[in-house]
Amino acid sequence: MLILSVDTSAIASAALLTGQGETLAAFATEDTRSHAEVLAPGIGKIMTTADVTGADIDALVVGVGPGPFTGLRSGIATARSLAFAWDKPLHGVMSLDAIAVDAALDAWRAGVDEFVVATDARRKEVYWARYRSTGGTHELLDGPHVSAPSEVPDLPAYGMGAGLYPQQLRRVTEYSGTQPTAEALGRTAIVKLAKGLDLLDTAPLYLRESDAKIPGPRKRAL
Amino acid sequence: MNRTRPLVVGIESSCDETGVGIVRGDTLLANTVSSSMDEHVRFGGVIPEIASRAHLDAFIPTLEQALDTAGVTLDEVDALAVTSGPGLAGALMVGVCAAKALSLATGKPLYAINHLVAHVGVGVLDGGVLPENLGALLVSGGHTEILRVRSLTDDVELLGSTIDDAAGEAYDKVARILGLGYPGGPAIDKLAREGDPMRIRFPRGLSQPKYMGSAQAPGPHRYDWSFSGLKTAVARCVEQFEAAGEPLPVADIAASFQEAVADVITAKAMLACTEQGISNLLLGGGVAANSRLRALTEERCAAHGISLRVPPVSLCTDNGAMVAALGAQVVMAGGQPSGIEFAPDSSMPVTSVHL
Ligand SMILES: [Zn+2]
Repeated sequence: MLILSVDTSAIASAALLTGQGETLAAFATEDTRSHAEVLAPGIGKIMTTADVTGADIDALVVGVGPGPFTGLRSGIATARSLAFAWDKPLHGVMSLDAIAVDAALDAWRAGVDEFVVATDARRKEVYWARYRSTGGTHELLDGPHVSAPSEVPDLPAYGMGAGLYPQQLRRVTEYSGTQPTAEALGRTAIVKLAKGLDLLDTAPLYLRESDAKIPGPRKRAL
Repeated sequence: MNRTRPLVVGIESSCDETGVGIVRGDTLLANTVSSSMDEHVRFGGVIPEIASRAHLDAFIPTLEQALDTAGVTLDEVDALAVTSGPGLAGALMVGVCAAKALSLATGKPLYAINHLVAHVGVGVLDGGVLPENLGALLVSGGHTEILRVRSLTDDVELLGSTIDDAAGEAYDKVARILGLGYPGGPAIDKLAREGDPMRIRFPRGLSQPKYMGSAQAPGPHRYDWSFSGLKTAVARCVEQFEAAGEPLPVADIAASFQEAVADVITAKAMLACTEQGISNLLLGGGVAANSRLRALTEERCAAHGISLRVPPVSLCTDNGAMVAALGAQVVMAGGQPSGIEFAPDSSMPVTSVHL
């Protein structure tokens, strides 16, 4: 099995993984604002590196957020269009799972049962979800949500969102700069696909309304 | 790649219409548009984030339907074209990402196309090759421009544009003041037919000598428009009727407003044409559907000996066929593809026909 994984919930990233979860090639940017430029070329490069064509790919997975809207849509629009053109199945994965997959193992080693994953939601808020680690495997208990950092449960916190708000979140230092990547996202998807479990569809998890305000009635002169 | 009569898929997502059009050379095969206009009604104008969300949802179904209508597959296509600007940044991003992915998946060359020039390029789908000495008057909810088109594929110049609101935007704002709902253009156009366009003399923006100058010494805004003062003048006018306790002559205000818009747009366009040696004009953009703007443009073009071409309304409003049409012209002219590394440019200048 060969999977192409894409995530743009924070940084832009893509990875080609085998059914055993081995990474053939991966690409990830540092920044969170140039997804529309770099994503398609990045995918092209890893396909060349791994010497893979569209016909070789069995399925695609894409991070459906939560994440800043414009960036998030870049990945979903890209994945949907690739899947359409190649006529391959496409699945969605909640993007915070991409941090939880490694966090769960770390939490288990540290003897921690429950933890949270948090990423930057901008506007002084974080996207977060609460997980249980069962022998190093993550299980989503609650979320995803978007809120002020102060509203996040008081549990060990993994991810960039914890790194940004060390006063409010109990950050796990080694993971305080961790962002969701397509590589980690792909690993969680493969485990589920291998077990025959359902993944998500590709509807984006915006969690916030569009911010539009309905204009009030015009003030009359009298 | 077939450069004689290339089969081109065009993708448009710069505002609130998700469009996929397919052409072969200058023949239209499909023009599928999905609009999020209904979702913007309660806000009285296009909300960028709502438009962007709708583009993401609509893109694949719109593409599928266009391919189906044209009876072609992606494999058969010679090239892809996408609007890379100008437009709403978040909205452009959806079409650009989708187009790049299609190019990557199929290996077909991608052309990043200027939306405004595409409004001109669509003319070839209705009547073939565009004439020389060509100008284009583009009027819509997002833009109001007069262009000189020396070559559709590599020499386009901006002669004038609105310095604030687009004409269509002014229609929406005035419709809101008059309680006529959104979109404002059709509502005002309809009501204006029952009103007296001479009842109120609304201002014609940027028409004073200090802005206009003379043909020899043009002022800073000789061919430019401004509609924000007009909107304010309508609001003041409504307040005066209300303050006097008089019933609001809504139809007369609508007609007078529409007359001011059509008059100033066409007057300045005629000035630009006659002074710049433009003898053929193309009228495009969604507001080309406005009855008074069309009539007055026809009348004044005839008076100045300027030939006028107005594509059908379905090609004037934002759509993918115009992007495909210009893309095909660029392919036929031997233009180089844009690759898949370009960035969408929300303020892409008309001098850049394609990236
Ligand atoms: Zn337009």
